[in-house]
Amino acid sequence: MNLFDYVRPASVAEAVAAGSQPGAAYLAAGTNLLDLMKGGALRPGRLVDVTRLPGLDRIETLADGGMRIGAMVRNADLARDPAFAAAYPAVAEALLSGASPQLRNAATVGGNLMQHTRCAYFHDAASACNRRDPGAGCDARGGENRNHAVLGWSDACIATHPSDFCVPLVALDAVVEIEGPDGRRDVALEDFHRLPGTTPERETVLRAGELITALRLPPEAGGFRTHARYLKLRERTSFAFAIVSAAAMLRIEGGTIQSARLALGGVAAKPWRAKAAEELLIGAAPTVESFATAAEAALTEAMPSGDNAYKIELAKRVLKCALLLAADGTPRRMPALPASVFNFDTGCHSHA
Amino acid sequence: MPLSISLVVNGVRKDVVLEDPRVTLLDLLRERVGLTGTKKGCDRGQCGACTVLVDGRRINACLALAVSLDGADVLTIEGLAKGGQLDPVQAAFIAHDGFQCGFCTPGQIMSAVGLIREGEAGDDPERIREGMSGNLCRCGAYVGIIEAVRDARKQLAISANEDRRVA
Repeated sequence: MNLFDYVRPASVAEAVAAGSQPGAAYLAAGTNLLDLMKGGALRPGRLVDVTRLPGLDRIETLADGGMRIGAMVRNADLARDPAFAAAYPAVAEALLSGASPQLRNAATVGGNLMQHTRCAYFHDAASACNRRDPGAGCDARGGENRNHAVLGWSDACIATHPSDFCVPLVALDAVVEIEGPDGRRDVALEDFHRLPGTTPERETVLRAGELITALRLPPEAGGFRTHARYLKLRERTSFAFAIVSAAAMLRIEGGTIQSARLALGGVAAKPWRAKAAEELLIGAAPTVESFATAAEAALTEAMPSGDNAYKIELAKRVLKCALLLAADGTPRRMPALPASVFNFDTGCHSHA
Repeated sequence: MPLSISLVVNGVRKDVVLEDPRVTLLDLLRERVGLTGTKKGCDRGQCGACTVLVDGRRINACLALAVSLDGADVLTIEGLAKGGQLDPVQAAFIAHDGFQCGFCTPGQIMSAVGLIREGEAGDDPERIREGMSGNLCRCGAYVGIIEAVRDARKQLAISANEDRRVA
């Protein structure tokens, strides 16, 4: 790990001033940042500790019926918050399917949004990686790439964003509250992470010194609580990143789908909202046929970026299965294995 | 620039001057405080051997910067037994053969203490397995570990009830 300056500002304004200096990075729990620094993939010259900034650890219900979650709220605390878990059960399920209990006790809301790809070539400082070192090339293109992107990738980068949390959030139109040298601004989570294009090193739309202070859920996001699921395919039962995941949330009245919210994880450099598939479901019956049609529509633009064509078919099946589970209804109690296909009572349908 | 921090480790205040901010909580415990019960396995948050409780919550000490935890209350495996009496979780690991080589055991036990305090797994073996998923055991003592956690939870519930009756 490189040597760095450590600063602990007392206010958001002080943090932004310290974080605007060249080479600075914000430190929250550090579960992703320290891991990458130990491997030499990231080498910030200054860490600005934002864990003690006042006012960033609150979970608030807003007057309009939405919720605001401070950027320093820990993943485990958010998943266990009764009001939050009741309003957004798919988000709670996604949180509890991520990492391990120890990591969830530490990792923060803001840090989850800021986590870097799990691409092995990004992590290995000796490999060529345009995302870590612009212009260096991409060793993933000719390397081990069976878990890489099938949507939105470019010749410069085929990495995926690893978050579970962000997948249902993007489907619920979550908004990121940001404080920076030029003041406060809001960015839709869907616009927060960038597709790689020719500049994969720019992972988010954050400008120098900008700090995530909160995440906001709009009032409509609470309207899907009775039919909301997150489903995550992994290479082992637990404590593994998604190969492919899907969030499916439905409003069903009189046997007809009134509205749908769908997103995929593990398929692109950002959580992938599937709006065309959502629109196909409006007015449809919640049947395996309509879900299969929607899943096809969600993946029409998908293209293998390497040894990963299987992920396109897998993503369709995971999305279809998540829709079937959502149609069955949100489980009364969080499944023993959140988001897993291995829950016999609340897991995947055999006919999906 | 040296950084002075103060932690409470197993109930004892420790004032430490860090010459370098790169010290993790794990390295501070092992190299500066002399408590080597907390193990360094992967040092990357993947194995759980370094699990300790910080302010009552289990975390990976290898991925926490010590300077950022200034003022925290830390409980390690050395602070679990009271007056020569093993903690019920320690006793249950012995009773159920919850280990073989023992390297992962301090982390397993601290993780189990955290899991039981979190209180969500109950007596359901599947929920306990999921709740212990952050701790790897390469000897494969998982069957004994799960039984130990179930048993310890019951013992702790019984003694909590007795405490209430006494009070």
